[in-house]
Amino acid sequence: MAEMDTSSSGGHKKGPGVKKGKKLSTRIDLTPMVDLGFLLITFFMFTTTLAKPKTMEINMPYKDEKLKEEEKNKIKNSVALTVLLSKNHRIYYYEGIGDDPNKAPDLQITYFTPAKGIRDVIIKKKKMVDDMKRLGQLTAKDETTVLIKPDTTSTYSDLVNILDEMNINDIRVYAIIDISDIEQGFIKETEAASGQ
Amino acid sequence: MPKAKLPRKSTHIDMTAMCDVAFLLLTFFMLATKFKPDEPVVVKTPSSISEIILPDVDIMLLTVDPKGRIFFSIDNKLKRKELIDEVNTNRNLGLTDQEKTAFALGSSIGVPFGQLKQYLAAAPDEQKAFDASAPGVPVDTSVLSVNNELAEWVKSARLQNPKLRICIKADGDASYPNVQKIIKTLEGYKIFKFNLITNLKAVPEGTAAYAEKHKA
Repeated sequence: MAEMDTSSSGGHKKGPGVKKGKKLSTRIDLTPMVDLGFLLITFFMFTTTLAKPKTMEINMPYKDEKLKEEEKNKIKNSVALTVLLSKNHRIYYYEGIGDDPNKAPDLQITYFTPAKGIRDVIIKKKKMVDDMKRLGQLTAKDETTVLIKPDTTSTYSDLVNILDEMNINDIRVYAIIDISDIEQGFIKETEAASGQ
Repeated sequence: MPKAKLPRKSTHIDMTAMCDVAFLLLTFFMLATKFKPDEPVVVKTPSSISEIILPDVDIMLLTVDPKGRIFFSIDNKLKRKELIDEVNTNRNLGLTDQEKTAFALGSSIGVPFGQLKQYLAAAPDEQKAFDASAPGVPVDTSVLSVNNELAEWVKSARLQNPKLRICIKADGDASYPNVQKIIKTLEGYKIFKFNLITNLKAVPEGTAAYAEKHKA
């Protein structure tokens, strides 16, 4: 390898009077070079971005001021689940779209916890819609629809988390909608009722 | 009885092989590396299960930091040059050629148009200090608002490059109204499809997505 055989073994023998030249080893200590190599490796490992950033594609519902009221798609109350994102990563949800002015929706509280969180709520809702389809109460075209309404106190991570839940639970129809004053009122009422 | 003499072995180890390995790895990392682009602010993106990889070209990146400040950037130096020319004319910023070059070579912009000239005239390390206290690109809920400077950036950038893919890279702690303003601005230009940059997380077991992924 990096050393050469400089010893004169097996060669012709020198006579007793011939002075031997001082043998210098051609062996180089490679340790510092290895040190340098690994130092540079460490540097490149830390600065490198091997993992490319991942993205989530999102489609907002088409909006146009010119769109007439009757052209808009209406969702059935029975397939809808409205999710309100609030402060401290709290989620309020209720069945339906909450358009009945006479009856306030029944707000439930949940969180983004893996167990008994919003995921179970979505799965339950999906199952309910599937059951109704089987019984013929809904047509095959109807799909579970989740209306996401982030409150002003929610954070961006709440939004991404709820969109992620849509992907996780295979909810194909969902929309991000502005929260209404009435719904903000509901949140306040529920907060007051639960003493928070 | 004479003792059996053990042959004395040298303690030297041949480092050549190790050296080879070290430099092989070094070469790999040097070739595989792509330096992290200069980011004006540290942003911790939330996680999602989405596995779509962000393309390298035709990207408009809107960074939102925890305080809700917005930074705007596009890739491709030539496009950046065209963009600043356009914005300069539209808004009468009176930028010199040098300042325009500074924009083309720089990274994100997080200052209002009023401070842009001053920002671009500064040296790169001064710009970094500037970014720390920069107010971010002003944005509003309507594209028609005069204060909505992000709308101007988005419009001009899309004129230069209609293929631009719009990515929002926001910090998980950024409050929703700040992100909402960006979404409203995009909707104002009839952009309903855009990307959110997230970290990858594992698909939770026992869910629809998990079943889909592990379908044999």
